[in-house]
Amino acid sequence: MTKTRRDFIKTSLAVAVASAMPAGLLSSTSFAAASDPVKVGILHSLTGSIAIAEVGVADAEKLAIEEINAAGGVLGRQIEVVQEDGASDNPVFAEKAQKLLVSDKVAAVFGCYTSASRKAVLPVFERYKGLLYYPTHDEGLEFSNNIMYTGADAVQSAIPAIQWLAENKGKTFFLIGSDFIYPRTTNRIARPTIAKLGGTVVGEDYFPLGSTEFSSVINKIKAAKPDAILSTIVGDSNVSFYKQLNSAGITGDNQAILALAVSEEEAIGIGRENLVGVHSCMGYFQSIDSPENQKFVAAFKARYGADRVLGDTMAAAYASVFLWKLAVEKAGSFDVPQVVAASSNLEYTAPEGQVRLHASNHRLWKHARIGKFKPDGQIDILFESPLIEPNPFPKL
Amino acid sequence: MKGSKLPIACDADNRLEVVLPDNVHPTSISRTVRLGTERLRRLYPIVILAIVLLLVIPAALEPFRLGLVGKYLCFAFCAVGLVLAWGYGGILSLGQGIFFGLGSYIMAMYMKLEATSADPAAAVFGAGGPPVPDFMTWNSVDTLPWWWAPFEHVWFALPAIVLLPSAAAFALAYAIFRKRIGGIYFSIVTMALASIFVLVIIGQQGYTGGTNGITNLPTFLGYSVQSDQAVYTLYYVSAGLLILTILAGTFVLKSRLGKVLIAIRDQEDRVRFSGYDPAMFKAVIFAIAAAFSAVGGALFTLQLGFASPSISGIAPSIEMVIYTAVGGRLSLIGSVYGALLIGGAKSLFSEQFTNGWMYFMGALFIVIPMFLRTGLAGLVSLVSHKKVRAS
Amino acid sequence: MSVDMLLSQIFNGLSLFTILALMAIGLAIVFGLMGVINMAHGELMAMGAYMTYLTSVIFSRWLPGVMGASFLVGIVVAFLTTAAFGLLLETVMIRHLYKRPLDTLLATWGVSLILQQVFRQVFGPINVSVPTASWLQGAWSPMPGLDLPLARVFIIALTLAVALGVYLFLFKSRWGLRIRSVMQNRAMAGAAGINTARVDAVTFAVGCGLAGVAGSALTMIASTGPATGQQYIVDAFIVVVFGGVESLIGTFVSAFMIGQMQSLFEMPFSGSMAKAAILLLVIVALYFRPSGLFSIKVRR
Repeated sequence: MTKTRRDFIKTSLAVAVASAMPAGLLSSTSFAAASDPVKVGILHSLTGSIAIAEVGVADAEKLAIEEINAAGGVLGRQIEVVQEDGASDNPVFAEKAQKLLVSDKVAAVFGCYTSASRKAVLPVFERYKGLLYYPTHDEGLEFSNNIMYTGADAVQSAIPAIQWLAENKGKTFFLIGSDFIYPRTTNRIARPTIAKLGGTVVGEDYFPLGSTEFSSVINKIKAAKPDAILSTIVGDSNVSFYKQLNSAGITGDNQAILALAVSEEEAIGIGRENLVGVHSCMGYFQSIDSPENQKFVAAFKARYGADRVLGDTMAAAYASVFLWKLAVEKAGSFDVPQVVAASSNLEYTAPEGQVRLHASNHRLWKHARIGKFKPDGQIDILFESPLIEPNPFPKL
Repeated sequence: MKGSKLPIACDADNRLEVVLPDNVHPTSISRTVRLGTERLRRLYPIVILAIVLLLVIPAALEPFRLGLVGKYLCFAFCAVGLVLAWGYGGILSLGQGIFFGLGSYIMAMYMKLEATSADPAAAVFGAGGPPVPDFMTWNSVDTLPWWWAPFEHVWFALPAIVLLPSAAAFALAYAIFRKRIGGIYFSIVTMALASIFVLVIIGQQGYTGGTNGITNLPTFLGYSVQSDQAVYTLYYVSAGLLILTILAGTFVLKSRLGKVLIAIRDQEDRVRFSGYDPAMFKAVIFAIAAAFSAVGGALFTLQLGFASPSISGIAPSIEMVIYTAVGGRLSLIGSVYGALLIGGAKSLFSEQFTNGWMYFMGALFIVIPMFLRTGLAGLVSLVSHKKVRAS
Repeated sequence: MSVDMLLSQIFNGLSLFTILALMAIGLAIVFGLMGVINMAHGELMAMGAYMTYLTSVIFSRWLPGVMGASFLVGIVVAFLTTAAFGLLLETVMIRHLYKRPLDTLLATWGVSLILQQVFRQVFGPINVSVPTASWLQGAWSPMPGLDLPLARVFIIALTLAVALGVYLFLFKSRWGLRIRSVMQNRAMAGAAGINTARVDAVTFAVGCGLAGVAGSALTMIASTGPATGQQYIVDAFIVVVFGGVESLIGTFVSAFMIGQMQSLFEMPFSGSMAKAAILLLVIVALYFRPSGLFSIKVRR
């Protein structure tokens, strides 16, 4: 439907322009080429187990594209979205990435959520010289010339979080996570960081994605009595973890718990009452008090409903689209190598504040923020770091 | 030659219970078809399939779509295996994904070691020593596990793709069938095993790559697997191997093994009382089906460029069953069309309307078992029987 | 390991046992008594969970004064809805497939795919969470260091109540008598004037309704999403098969054993491997006792 409307606008514009112009000037080929919409892809899971997290991210990207289109597009061209469903399945992600690059010839793709899906599409983007903006905070340990990583890496989340906990809460840590690469590598980086600060790790445990039984580890936690629990549990499992933690008498009020992978959006599913007092470390919180963020939050709620809540990945996804637009405009071209070159040291005032793409590693200089969940599911921000340099391959 | 003279694509009437014994001619058909043309007629389906796979599809499709069809063909290997195990052996395995996954991972192990030795700059945490795959160093595994080492050699890895999964399948099936556990119980046990397989792969990510799978596999024997050239090569290799697989399957069904198998499916006790060991026959056919799946899995890794645990779980394993059911559980060739059809429908549907896809797939699962038990092949044979009778 | 740790670990095992038993009991009736493989059992649990969620939403909007009762009402609503759906499913589909268990398996898998997509479109892809009723929050401490979460105590009580209900229904009621006679000898029961088709329908509906109750109870410890059902289906089948398909007692014993094993294994192993180890153990055990722990006769 949008397409037909756009076509209608296009034709009526063309008619208007044509009638205003002297007939001889209307050799419209170059005009048509310049005003053709430019295609970009959105590749997230709309079905399957990860859809929980990705639907909101895709919404944020679409909002950014609509805003850009309303303001005149990129290099005078409107952006046309081609959306594909990754179906929470890595081979499907690879297939759809290929389809976007080969059949639709998109200028850029905004997509992927899990590291696994990013690793699945990476060879596709390198082979077809595409450009992917990946918005999730991740474990790092990867660099590709064809990917822009706009989420935080471990240096920008786990390490500041541990430093803050060690300073404010104590030096014994219990590490708990879902059983996949992000928690494992995060904790691999966490251990030496804790040791350097003079702390100790009193327990480390992993559970399959989607686990709903945490009573045994809660017993282990009770026995170990850590000063802080550092959680890298991801997705639905969080619901069970916090519900069971609370009913065993451990709450955010009597135990320092810091979650590295729980955003405000996920807090709704977990149940806000279960998270009160739990800490979170992210680059973005909806409660950030800045004009850019207020505008973003208002626009998102106006577009998708007042009850919708924003989280870190959604904000990074929104910023990704603008970072691409700025890079295209700086390069004066949609050509991927030129856009990548123009991205180096690119600055932008995102909802999360001033950010800057790194000169060489395709990641963002970001703030790390630590806050505490309030009963309404929003975050009370307690700490904000200066801009931290991204480093996907930290030396420890 | 004795034995049933039915065309491959329609080995039985649309009633599954009817099975023709070894020495009896399928009278209803041989009466209407003259013997000379019949032999030729029997070759039609496989020739048509070969023409479709080797000539029509490559000519009609651009490389990207051809690459997709190449991937559907990988699942067709599982479907062909299931025709043998389920259609003729009566063994409904809900764990073919395990063998597909084994084949896929063995191929990935070889390719990963090849990639690692080509680019030893992987040791992120500065472990030193011989190069180990990148995902191992991320997980604190700093020396190559002993059981990874042999997969460095192609002469070990390629035979292992077929032998390891089929040996595992044989051992499992023989043990279970010897205890006379069959039917539904076997289905549930294989389903549980598929779930264990995925749990272990994800849980042992230092050795298996976890949910990421084994990624970044650019070459096989030094050839890039990520070029348009490679798409064509791998497609032809897959299609060719698939046709060979079908011929092998036909041979198995024509052999004594096939006959005994059908007898076991229909009257296991009578076969046992006649002095056969049904467990052995069933285990052998299950091992053959597993080997087929594993070959498909290995080809899948080559074409996809990585191995992923998501192809081994319960859902994909059950999906493989529906490929077979759609094609016709008694038709080796039909199951290939089933896999192509569902694979293609899945890609196109999910590009057009995401929500519709799940409903369509769900409806297939309901409609085929309820109303069309012989699948596409049954439809085709119904139509062609009518034609034959009319002429 | 201290005494209170050990005790609370045993309690965890007990709690796991009741959850597993609750999940499996409906399946034990449908699969064990009727021989129907219902792959949509997990989705029926999700349906029950969603119904409980809906009830809590309705209560919080229109009846906030009696919010405490919403969970109890939710359980009843969950039972009735899933039982009604089960009745429909039996009439439209299952009835025509009784003699072909493997085809039932495929067809019910189709139902589960469709239900998942319906949940996704009706309730959204994001998981929903039922707020814990105030009287179920917190823990009961019989001794210092030992906190027994009330939600789990409630699930234990609920399972006992369901078990008692099923027992009374099957062994003390007219319907139960009819069901048992049909299951033992269909032809004779039919000859004795029992409407076997109706008995099948009712049995199936009751089994489905119990899945709904299980889903309802699970909302206390986990959230509910479109794919929730898939997580439970293997566990439920394994419990039933391990227990011996024809024995309801067996289902309880096997749930008890698996629950305790899981809770003990999770102390030394990580959660993922504990789960894999238990499934493997059960398969090995099945190898030695193919017909499960409690079997009436050897089945093939």
